[in-house]
Amino acid sequence: MVRCFLIHTVCPVSALGPGDSRVLYSRVFGPDEGVVSEQNREVSPERRRVLQREKVSVVVRQVHSSVSLSREASGRPPGETVPGEEALALQEADSGVVRLRAGDPFHEEMSALWLGVQSLGFTLVCEPHENLLLAEGTLRTLTRHCLEHLHMLGQGSEVLLRSNRVDALLSRLLPHGQLLFLNHRFAQSLEKEVVAYMAK
Amino acid sequence: MYDSLFLYSSFLKAELKSCSCDSSPGVFRVRTVYLPRCRNRQEKRRNARLSLKMYSHGSESLIKQARDIHESELQKFFSRLVKLLQGKELGHETVDSLQRLLLILSATKYTKTLPPELQRRLASLLSSSAEQLQVLSSAVLRETLPLSGQEVNYNQENVVQLNSHAASLLLSQAQSRADLSSLCAQLLRGLEGRQSEGSAHSLTHTLPILNSILTHSPESLTEDHVTLLSKKLVDWLRYASITQGGGASSGGFFTGQRSRQPVPTAELDGTVSGDFFTVLCVGQGFTDDQWMNVYSFSMLRHWLLTNHSVSNGNTTADTDDRSEVDGSVVSMVSATSSSSRLLPPRERLREKAFQYCQRLIEQSDRKAQKRIDTDLQKACLVEAVCILDRVCEEDTSLVFRTFPCIKALFGRLSSDLSFARVLLPIAQFYLHHGETAAVDCESVWNLVFGRFPAELFNDLFLAHELLRFLRLNLESLQARVPQYTRSFPNLLKFLAWDSPSAVDDFVDLLPSLVTTGTAVELLHTLLDLPCLSATLVLQLRSACQPISDTGGRALLSLDAFRSTSYRGLFLFLLRGEAGSGDTIDRLSTLHKLLAEAADWPRVVQCSQTVPVLLHIFFNTVVTVANDKLLAHLILVMLERSSLLLNVPKYIKEIHRVFSCHLLRLCKLHPSLVVDQSHELLEFAGATANVYSKEDIYTHVVWVLGEYLSVSCDSRCSVRLITSCFETLEAVLFEITSSAPTPGAVCPAPRVITTLMSALAKLASRSHDLIPRVSLFFSKLRTVTRGGSVPWCNNEEDLVAIVTRGEELWSLLKAPGVAQSVLTPPTHIASPQWHQDTNVAMPLRLRALTSLTHPQ
Repeated sequence: MVRCFLIHTVCPVSALGPGDSRVLYSRVFGPDEGVVSEQNREVSPERRRVLQREKVSVVVRQVHSSVSLSREASGRPPGETVPGEEALALQEADSGVVRLRAGDPFHEEMSALWLGVQSLGFTLVCEPHENLLLAEGTLRTLTRHCLEHLHMLGQGSEVLLRSNRVDALLSRLLPHGQLLFLNHRFAQSLEKEVVAYMAK
Repeated sequence: MYDSLFLYSSFLKAELKSCSCDSSPGVFRVRTVYLPRCRNRQEKRRNARLSLKMYSHGSESLIKQARDIHESELQKFFSRLVKLLQGKELGHETVDSLQRLLLILSATKYTKTLPPELQRRLASLLSSSAEQLQVLSSAVLRETLPLSGQEVNYNQENVVQLNSHAASLLLSQAQSRADLSSLCAQLLRGLEGRQSEGSAHSLTHTLPILNSILTHSPESLTEDHVTLLSKKLVDWLRYASITQGGGASSGGFFTGQRSRQPVPTAELDGTVSGDFFTVLCVGQGFTDDQWMNVYSFSMLRHWLLTNHSVSNGNTTADTDDRSEVDGSVVSMVSATSSSSRLLPPRERLREKAFQYCQRLIEQSDRKAQKRIDTDLQKACLVEAVCILDRVCEEDTSLVFRTFPCIKALFGRLSSDLSFARVLLPIAQFYLHHGETAAVDCESVWNLVFGRFPAELFNDLFLAHELLRFLRLNLESLQARVPQYTRSFPNLLKFLAWDSPSAVDDFVDLLPSLVTTGTAVELLHTLLDLPCLSATLVLQLRSACQPISDTGGRALLSLDAFRSTSYRGLFLFLLRGEAGSGDTIDRLSTLHKLLAEAADWPRVVQCSQTVPVLLHIFFNTVVTVANDKLLAHLILVMLERSSLLLNVPKYIKEIHRVFSCHLLRLCKLHPSLVVDQSHELLEFAGATANVYSKEDIYTHVVWVLGEYLSVSCDSRCSVRLITSCFETLEAVLFEITSSAPTPGAVCPAPRVITTLMSALAKLASRSHDLIPRVSLFFSKLRTVTRGGSVPWCNNEEDLVAIVTRGEELWSLLKAPGVAQSVLTPPTHIASPQWHQDTNVAMPLRLRALTSLTHPQ
């Protein structure tokens, strides 16, 4: 299963410290870890929410540093594309995977797959035994749809103001965190629905 | 007041239209009627620049506004929203406001409470007919807490009727395992009915939710649940329709009707399917059960992995079967096992999973017409092999039926490295079951430990998966695959290429690579890791740049890499296995050739991980090594301390690690110092080392002074002590009698005091030497009386050195006392003595000082 899908910055943000990122969208799937773990049974729901937020920011920090180090090592600056060039942006995107050790921040070990498109990172946190080939493909598809339907290559703020589009996207392509084996026909049929939703 | 009005108006009232893609950053502020629209050219230019950065000031200021919103404005906004939701027509404005509410709630990590009325209205929106409203209300409620006394009812009968968005809210707000259990029970009850009874739409999200519950809390499912779900999965996996669903889909997943003339589904290469439906079958449209087939297969592996951990409820042995009559064709794959219907549900599912995977493997050999399908075939192969591995774990009798297929698949794919990530699960299968089936695994390991790291070191995902594979199977690999430890030069390529990602895995793996046979070579390899990193860069560049291409800045190292005269050196670095000679003689040549690589980011990143790994190496090696090996390692440290690639800070860091572990090794095995006294003295006698390797030099001198003693090793003769004394004395004399050569720095005060202490220690063990060291101390006092010396330009340091000299001098005046202080018997130096304030060393020293220095 996928534990969460995140969209966040991977560039310096003036209001934040170096290495910190702004989380623009986060969706954690399934029940909260704290509900089922022995040790956190007594934690109040408010506190659990704060803890969940902190977990997300730990992941994002790790991904941000991984993106920066990977870009530094490859010596390739992130490409610059404009709206309309989503396919190209996706092609030029950096990608990688970060191992999140057990307890840091999830109870069990996780793998965080990321795609770095210019100043934004798209991250999928998967259980490590998950089919990463499938997860990679799903992350690319999700990213493409986000870029296209939220016009993310432009400078608008639609990811903040139309986050329901991402929710709708996830409910089809990654329902409740389940990676799906979709051949092109199944994918097309879901994409039609996605387009219909976006047109509303 | 103006500020807050502005905020309210701009943030909460602005039309969503105004922030669409064509608008600019800060749009909330700029496009509202309250603020002028005009912007100067400079601002426009800045915006144009920002547009390339994707994350605009607009987004940043939106988040800030959402966070800073005043409570009073928020309340006003809430009541406006309630009013909106009371209306009959929920239009654009409602959607817009809900989205804004969502942003306000999610912009802060603290939970905000909504008015009960609003919360109720939102909850009723969950079942709205407009999906957008379902999505938004679910998202907003996820960000809030359920009202107290109004907990979501997990027992309600209509749980199965919930749409996917409402269900996800229910899942995320579960407060206990009990909630999850009842949700689970409800969902499964929904599955129990025939598909036609419950709306098929709800079934598609049922499986992912069940899978999610299973992940977090497997105990929520009972044995009965497992039986039920196993049966349903068999139905969907194996008996989905083999004809296409109704043509062009007109909206939802399940709205298509069956066409009058049933058209069979097709394989990915376009031929008509001759067997049961799988995720690799295509058609113009799909039937409900075909969709369920996709969902079932997607969760199958996880289900097989976890369904054994469910709680033990009542088991109802039930072999009732109705699926076989569903009109499916008899499978080619399963034709031999039609008796499987007599099996209990779990075993039956295993059998069907086995057949499904075999069919997928066969289907993956077909030439897909779309790229996305080619990728899917690979992912399916990974999944199929993993599932087969799993079912064989559960039922070893399947191993013999599975191996021919796995072997054939390996034969088909092994020469094509683009299938590396599929080959990895195959390797896992061989490792798990190769012994049972008595299969030769040699070629599998040659691939995993040979070609993969050598040729695919730059595939980050493969690296991640391969290193994880090694971590998970460490024990069996060490026991059964001798190639594993031998292949460390190859495996380390992953680390050399992408150190930040791989270091975490190597922290876990490295101890398993340290054996008495590999330790020395492994140490050299770790020290040369930055060279390997540079060489891998050169290898890739050399492969993608034609030799004739001299354009751009030519790299000297690239020329060297291509030159035949240095080929041996580079090939040694790139070797795949341990034990093929060494290049220590020509290492300095290699370092010169790679000098320009010292500031390549990849090389720098790599060099930063080496100290961490060295610590792990030494911590492990003391647990496996014998004295002979440890002695050898000390030699390697002394030798390599001057043979390192000159990466900024790298040498210094390595010296620090060496110093730390030299000390620890000698502490653990003090006789090592006597064993290696010749080499240690040679090192300590070279004055140049005082300046270039201060850290390690200090520690060598310290261990000589500390452990060259009969109490540590009976072989320690007076002659040895004297020769050591003379060596150190010569160095100390040299560095304190003359100014350093122009351009060189003064010797570190720590080196001087360590040398002095070492001399005093040695003298306390061989009293003939006391006059010589006392003479030095008296000279030191005389020389420094003037206040300044050429070898120390810091007054405080000089005072410290002189004081230290005087203390030691005084101590040596009473040789018996000096010996007990400078070479205390082990029982005195043991920790509890220091804890006892009555006998602690400082107290003894103070007492002795007052005796020897009568006031």
